This record gives sequence, structure tokens and C-alpha cells, in this order.
Amino acid sequence: MNALKVLRIGPLVSIQDQGRPGQLQQGVSRGGAVDLLALAEGAALLRQSADLAALEMAGMGGLFEATGPLRIALTGAPMQASLDGEALAWNASHQMQAGQRLEIGAARRGVYGYLHLGGGIDSAVMLGARAAHLMSGLGRTIALDDLLPCGPDQSSETGLGLTPEDRFQGGTLRIVAGFQSDLFAADVRARFAETGFRRGSRANRMGVELVSDGAGFAAEGQLNILSEIIVSGDVQMTGDGKPFVLLREAQTTGGYPRIGTVLPCDLPRVGQAQAGTELRFDWVSLEEGLALQARHDAQMKSLPGQCLPLLRDPAHMQDLLAYQLISGVVSADADPFA
Amino acid sequence: MKFPIIRTAGLDGMLVTFSDALSEASNRATLAFCEAVKASAWPGVQEVSTSLASVFLRFDVNTLRHETLQERLWELLSQQDWLQAPLPGGRRLWQVPTVFGTELAPQLGEAADAAGLSEARAIESLGTARVRVLTIGFAPGQPYLGPLGAEWNLPRQTELTPQVPVGALVLAISQFVLFATTAPTGWRHVGQTGFRSFQLGSQDPIALRAGDEMIFTPVSRSDYDRFCAEDSRFGGASREEIPA
Repeated sequence: MNALKVLRIGPLVSIQDQGRPGQLQQGVSRGGAVDLLALAEGAALLRQSADLAALEMAGMGGLFEATGPLRIALTGAPMQASLDGEALAWNASHQMQAGQRLEIGAARRGVYGYLHLGGGIDSAVMLGARAAHLMSGLGRTIALDDLLPCGPDQSSETGLGLTPEDRFQGGTLRIVAGFQSDLFAADVRARFAETGFRRGSRANRMGVELVSDGAGFAAEGQLNILSEIIVSGDVQMTGDGKPFVLLREAQTTGGYPRIGTVLPCDLPRVGQAQAGTELRFDWVSLEEGLALQARHDAQMKSLPGQCLPLLRDPAHMQDLLAYQLISGVVSADADPFA
Repeated sequence: MKFPIIRTAGLDGMLVTFSDALSEASNRATLAFCEAVKASAWPGVQEVSTSLASVFLRFDVNTLRHETLQERLWELLSQQDWLQAPLPGGRRLWQVPTVFGTELAPQLGEAADAAGLSEARAIESLGTARVRVLTIGFAPGQPYLGPLGAEWNLPRQTELTPQVPVGALVLAISQFVLFATTAPTGWRHVGQTGFRSFQLGSQDPIALRAGDEMIFTPVSRSDYDRFCAEDSRFGGASREEIPA
């Protein structure tokens, strides 16, 4: 089985997939990749299912060596990437040969970059998924000398690229009212949407803190409401009235009141915001929210058709001859000059 | 507010709530109604779960409209008085050896003070309470337990305790939580057990179910150490079926 061997690794790298839907009754939160769009993009670039697991790299990647020929794709927060010293395009799929080294550096924009393998990462399944969920004791962060095994690869196509939706520099988050919104006075909810926020210093896969100037956003009876179900995207107000946007790895229940829920299609924008990035909220009705999400879902479905052969200038292709000589791993009808 | 109420949660969630305060009856209604929703097996419903006093449904918004689901839920709600419903069957009673106070559970004294009891009376009260698993939540397999008496209706701390260990018994708002993982908490750490509610890789990784009952029996530190050494999963807890 072909694999990537980990020769160097950033501090917050883990295996992620679609997570564990359907287990809330057992206290198991959904988890999975912070940027589900990136997961879909990687799957489209490799012509495979978005249910396969990939490597999620927070801020910093690592150095990896292929034990055999394998395909990779790079998506999410753009990071410096090179193969045996040759720069690699982000948002693209590439071929690796045995012994070749892939180096992934720091994120240039955004937070979470993704490394996908042809066939997915075939690691152990825990409670129905491969995704690490650190707080729950499921899986762990990737460490030196780990081996990332590829599952059976159904395709051989590489050299595809796509233009991603830019969700790496903050912006507006569409939010719908939920079951605790009316714990907040109408003027507090209005002020919430008029306020410019910045991503705070506290952020992880569970949630992202937002900070603003001026008064907080307190609800009535803040410390004494019953713990209630959390859905991802919920905007929770802590005791001092500071908003946290809860992501898919958040706990399943919580006692802090929630002013509303950010649409799933806008959550990558939250997770990918670096500290200090500006974000604001826009209330939308349930009907508007459903329509916006449906449009996003249709866009995700159309990703495979948006993956096109990378445009490469032959004058800059120093590896051109080598590329053609190893044609056994390149699709016979792939045209490097296309 | 008149209960039950039905409200939305996010784009694809619906929440049926039986009370805004915890009571034995509202929790019982929640557990019974959850079973009834599951038994209805409505197409498009993807997940049903409970919190303390609510039933949550996640559904496919492309095949099931919000209005349709709300109508079905109201119809089911109207079929009986859910506050009078019996508890579902198949429940168990767990008795868990527990050290109250000491350096293992340093906030017993503080909690007893807040409840207006001596430490001895607090241990007597907490150590004899037979509590129900009201819901499993926050982390895999982690139970919320109660209700405890009104004297234990203590607010959460405003500051989080940075970390409590697995098996920690913590208390707030007339409930216990038995921690299934090492985590920060705003609840007070009053007891310590060797009970692991979640153990990946074991045959039954999640031990407890909503509706189970528990008693946290006070033991000495030396007995606790012995129980933990002999039984690394459950710290010497016993389990028996509750007759229907």
C-alpha cells in the first residue's frame, strides 16, 4: 500500500473527513473538516468521493515522502508547497513518485490547508469516521514518522486545477434566528448586525472568538438557562457577552445562550479567518437562508466540472522531459500544453 | 410561555421543548417523546436526540418542509399528555464508588457552603441521591444527572476551572455531570470516581443511556484506589437492570 511518510510536521495537523453525523444522542459531536468546501474541492480535483479522509493542516504543513507513486491535491488556505524543491500550484492535483518529497510551509492566507491523497487516507475508523476529535479522545494530531496510507485509488488523473471561492479574508456571515434568539432584546440583536468584529486570539476547531469595541451582547438570565443542543454555526455569548461562533467540533450541548446560527455555507469563512480578520453579521430569514444554502450546495455539486487542466507555460517547465518520460502514471490523453 | 413549544435550530433542525426549567416530569416527557418520534420513522428525519427537556430533530430540508414537520410534531404531541408518560424500558441502575472532597475533588467544601450545609451533610445528601441520566451530551458518553434537591441549585462559576480529570463528578443547577473526558468546566468538582463513561475500543464504548439511574456511594480514598486498580473501566461500579 502506498503511503506518505511524515518527516516533519506542524503542531496542529490531523486527519479529517465529513465527521460523525447522527450520534448526538450519545454525546458525539459531528466534527470533521473545518472547511468542508476544501474537502469537496480536493475530492473534485482527484475525481473521487468527498467522503474520503484528508489531512487538515492548521497554519503550517510539514515534509512528507512518498513510499510509492501516489496522487495528491492541495486545497483550502493557500500554503507554500514544493515537490523536490519545485514549486507546486495550490488548488490543484499532482503526481508523486516513490521517494519524492513534498514540502508544505506556512499558510499565506487563511488558516486550514488540506492535503488530499488519491484513494483518501485509509486510517482506522473510530465511531464511524476517521476524523480526529481531540477533545473526545478520538484520534490525535499527526506526529513525526507517522505513515499516512492511501486507500484504493480509482483514478490516475492529475494536473487539474480550479479557482476556489475566496473565503480566506473574512467578510459577512449570514445568520438565522434560532430557538434562543429571543433571549436577546431586539435592540441587542440589531446592534449585533451593525457591529464590526475582528477574529479574536482564541480560536480552534471547536469555535472562534470574535471581539468588538463597545458593549457586549448579554442575554437575560445568562448563567442559569438549561443546557441545550448545539448546532454548528451557533453564535454563543459567554458570560461577558462576547460572541463565539461554534464550529462542527463544538460540544453537543451547552449552557451559554445563542443569538443565532451562521449558515453552514458561511462557516468556512469563519474557520479560515486569521486573528484580526474583519467579520460582520447579516440577519437573513429562514427562507433566505435555505435558498442561499441550496445555491451553495448546487455550486459544490458542480465542482468536478470546474476542475480543468492546469495552464502551464512550457518555458517554465524545467521538469518537462521528466514529466513526459514518466508517462506511465500520466493519463494517456492528458495534454501538458493544454 | 406555554409548553410544549416547537422552534427551529439552524437551517435543518427542529426543537420540541417541554419546559424551560428542569423537572423530573419534563425530562420523562422528553425521553418518552423521543422514542415516539423515532418509532414514527418519518421520511426525511435524519437524526433524533434529546437534551434535558427537549427533543431535537435534524432533517433533510430538500424532502421535508419545515411546516410539514411541525404539523406532524403537533399531531404527535396532541396524542397524549407526555408529562404523564412512563419512562422507556431497558434502563439500568449503576452504583459508583465515589470519593467526595479531599484533594481529589477540591470544591466539595465550597459547594456545601453555597448550599448551606456542613461537608458531612453535603456528602450524606449527594451520596444517597438516586439520580437519572437526563441526557448524554457535551462529550461522547458524558451524562447529565439529576435532578438534585433545590439546595443544590447553584449557578455555574463565572470563571472556568481549567481542567477536571476523567471520572470527575461536578455539580451545578441541581445536576451532576460525570466527566467522560479531561476538560475545562464552569461546574464545581465535588466528587471523584474511577468510572469511564466513554472508552474507545471496548465492546460498548459508551456505557450509559438516557434514562439510566446512578447512585454515587461515598468510599474512602484507600477503597477508591483499590476499586480503580481492580476495575480500570468502571472503578468498581455495579450495574443492575431496573424492572419495567
